[in-house]
Amino acid sequence: MAPVAVVLISIGVFFMFSGTIGFLRFPDFFTRMHSTGKSDTLGIVLTLTGLALYNLDHGLTLASFLVSLKIMFIAIFWFAGSPTVTHAITRAAFKSKIEPWTKDGRSVIDWPPDKEETK
Amino acid sequence: MIQRTENIIIRTICRILIPAIQLFGLYVIAHGHGSPGGGFQGGCILAASFILMVIALGLEETKRRFTEKLNNIFSSLGVFVYAWTGWMCLLLGANFLDYSVLSAILPADPIKARYLGMFSIEVGVGITVMAVMVSLFIDLVTGGKHGEGL
Repeated sequence: MAPVAVVLISIGVFFMFSGTIGFLRFPDFFTRMHSTGKSDTLGIVLTLTGLALYNLDHGLTLASFLVSLKIMFIAIFWFAGSPTVTHAITRAAFKSKIEPWTKDGRSVIDWPPDKEETK
Repeated sequence: MIQRTENIIIRTICRILIPAIQLFGLYVIAHGHGSPGGGFQGGCILAASFILMVIALGLEETKRRFTEKLNNIFSSLGVFVYAWTGWMCLLLGANFLDYSVLSAILPADPIKARYLGMFSIEVGVGITVMAVMVSLFIDLVTGGKHGEGL
């Protein structure tokens, strides 16, 4: 199972790398959350799945199976928690009326949003 | 000031995650003498679940589920468990926290009694750390006035 693990970890590292580049290079808050929120989640889940498979590579015993199961629990909770945190932070930024970046520097139409819309 | 959130995504995920965090905290407490972890770490994880509840569901709802009175009782109960495990050893004629003499009152040999004694002080530490962490957090975020803030 080691080749599958290496492929999964490589894809995961690629996703985390691209997410970090987006976090460093994108212009404002919302685009940065867009970059890190999705790609870091997928990258970490793929990396942890690869680690769980690699852990099973030296023989399937009860102890190594339990370690892999714990790693997969971390992956599942990360998969539930990280998008929720991204959603909460972005929603808080939207409610505190942080203005989205536009290419020509003009303000977004109907910004800041009304109170009824942000509720 | 943060209002109580009505957002269904955050509420649902917290409803799923908080019991899992509490179960993991109990696991860390229960396996503290054989693997990394222990009473303090497990108590902190349990407290983190209540802090997440305060952040996601609001202080009022958290205080309705886990009241101030229950919190104070827990913070004293942990110290009680710890101290009486030590005092039982003193009363049975050994040093404070010398668990092996507990085999006289427990259905176990001295080695097993040592294990159970360690486990019971870990449980005491975990209960106290959880309650004190939660009350420190509530004191800090509300500036001492427990009804307001957050």
